[in-house]
Amino acid sequence: MLFDIKNLHVSVGGKEILKGFNLSVNEGEVHAIMGPNGTGKSTLAAAITGREGYEITEGEIWFKGKNIMEMSPADRANEGIFLSFQYPVEIPGVSIQNFMRTAINAKREYQGLPNIPMPEFVKMMKEKQAMVEITAKLQNRYVNVGFSGGEKKKNEIFQMAMLEPQLAILDETDSGLDIDALRIVANGVNQLHNDNNAFIVITHYQRLLDYIVPDFVHVMYDGRIVKSGDKSLALELEEKGYEWIKDTIL
Amino acid sequence: MENQDKIKITQERFIEYANNSMESISSCDIPKVKTLRQDALKRFIERGFPTKKMEKWRNSRMMECLSEDFNIESIENKNHDFCCVIQNLDTEVVTLTNGMFSEENSLRKLSNGIVIGSTRRAMQEYPELFEKYFGSCNINDDNGFYDINTALWQDGFFIYTPKNVVAERPIQIIKISDEDNNPFIQTRNLIIVESNAQLQIIDCDDSIKEQSSFVNSYTEIIIGENAQLENYKLQNLNDNSSLLNTNTVKQSSNSRLQTHVVSFNGGKIRNNIFVNINGEGAECNIYGLYLVDKTQHVDNQVKVNHNVANCNSNEKFKGILDNEATAVFNGHVLVAPNAQKTNAYQNNSNIILTDKAKINTMPFLEIYADDVKCSHGSSIGQLDQEAMFYMQQRGISKENARMLLMYAFAAEISNNIGIEALRERIDDMIKRRLKGELSCCENCVFQCSTPKEYDFKIDLSKI
Repeated sequence: MLFDIKNLHVSVGGKEILKGFNLSVNEGEVHAIMGPNGTGKSTLAAAITGREGYEITEGEIWFKGKNIMEMSPADRANEGIFLSFQYPVEIPGVSIQNFMRTAINAKREYQGLPNIPMPEFVKMMKEKQAMVEITAKLQNRYVNVGFSGGEKKKNEIFQMAMLEPQLAILDETDSGLDIDALRIVANGVNQLHNDNNAFIVITHYQRLLDYIVPDFVHVMYDGRIVKSGDKSLALELEEKGYEWIKDTIL
Repeated sequence: MENQDKIKITQERFIEYANNSMESISSCDIPKVKTLRQDALKRFIERGFPTKKMEKWRNSRMMECLSEDFNIESIENKNHDFCCVIQNLDTEVVTLTNGMFSEENSLRKLSNGIVIGSTRRAMQEYPELFEKYFGSCNINDDNGFYDINTALWQDGFFIYTPKNVVAERPIQIIKISDEDNNPFIQTRNLIIVESNAQLQIIDCDDSIKEQSSFVNSYTEIIIGENAQLENYKLQNLNDNSSLLNTNTVKQSSNSRLQTHVVSFNGGKIRNNIFVNINGEGAECNIYGLYLVDKTQHVDNQVKVNHNVANCNSNEKFKGILDNEATAVFNGHVLVAPNAQKTNAYQNNSNIILTDKAKINTMPFLEIYADDVKCSHGSSIGQLDQEAMFYMQQRGISKENARMLLMYAFAAEISNNIGIEALRERIDDMIKRRLKGELSCCENCVFQCSTPKEYDFKIDLSKI
């Protein structure tokens, strides 16, 4: 098994948000996590990636056979966990190229490899940019500074393509995207998807799942998964609304 | 109160010294300079050193250093084989030790007509230039330090660029403090860039060893019509040093000034930059960067007077403060009633790394014309925690993420440096400073004589 969360309880500022969350993900799988606002979806992403202020009070997170709960955020990333941020952060003064080169070399150092040779890096940049239809102009700009919502999300997928994670979490990657950008982003994800990696797609809407087809759909409510199924569950949810879930669990 | 008493005593010592030595100090002066000395001394006797009650000195810590037992009389002129090589940069080097030139070669004329060397010698050789320019820059903020400098200066550097001369090589001024008995060093400098001339100056303040000193440096800069000056000041002094550095600039029409003050280290530093824009179509860009830690203190005071129409000024100062360091920024742009179509921008941003570090910042606009574009802003913040996490999520360690953010912040200033080799050198120094590796060393703070390949953990190079 690639990734396993067991009975995860997470508190933020003393308030319990995740209340016994369980999820198992195998290589090659796409899992969608849906649910109403405030149900703990983004908290889940933060806890997996090791963000400060998210206190794990109970439970375990396993990745590639390692318990990652004591690992720093950077080590988790270098192990192969990637988060596509719901709100990508602007970093003035740091160019995307410089940022990516630093990140790739950090990962290579973690793996005991030498720095990436420049020509290889340049070639990789070009290829991956083309994949998410990023214009050449974008690359010399500072990370996310002055990007439109769509550009920011494309940039996330571009970074994912560069870093080739084994587990990618897409946190509401569809929010703020028009239909063209959505298609490009989904297309990028589908190209990256293979038998060795896995995706967790966090979304409110079924729309994204037309493009990124999940093997499993989980519905989250009040800090845990209350219903799981295949892709038809997403359609049912879209039709019946989240009230239906609330009614079924009560 | 106790400190006030000590300042009083210091003041009295200066006055006594001035009364006893004025004659010998001014024995070779041209009449104009002699008169200026006497006037300045009179003013100093009346008002003394500035006090914290004065608005521009409210947050300054310079006066704390005045309670020391300065050596104001017998400052030694040491000869130094101080070598500072900036890789890939060929400069014309001038060295001053404790504010003085060594006797031989104290004034030289380059083949293109540029004259560089000792102010004292230059006054004797070129009295007509001193008659015309010395003491001609209006000082906006008269204070006792200016008075005492004008009254008692003995030497400093002089640079004269005649009409139409474009200097091929930057002039590099290295000023070293090396004196064991707590010297009070006063340097008086004069930079003249005549019309259509172009000049670049790299001006370094360094100290050797860890002794305390106070440098009171005053520089007048005259930029003629259509002339250009780039002035890069690098300050890397030991923590026991105090440096008060005043530049007053007079700009003629269509002239251009670009000045950078980069404060890497120093116990207490105050930079006063006063610019008078007296001719239309002139432009000045004033940049500053201060990276301070421990109990270091850096104070930048900028005043730009837009006296005429159609000129641009741009001020940008950035600082990173660690530990219990303190800093001050006062920016003041004054737009005169007839200075229409003025563009003036002021900005000061700071990153504060601890809750004990402190910055007092006050950008200030005073506008009497009605058709102008002026803006000012300042910010004080911590390292962006969102950005920190974002970078860590991409595999960059917390320490390196911190470094990358701080470097990116500082690089906005160093990116404007017009001499590429110098920009690279300063970039390298910024990185080392942020890693805590750059400090005063026995031989040379810049460690240039033994250049080593600097291995920076994360790759910050432009690609």
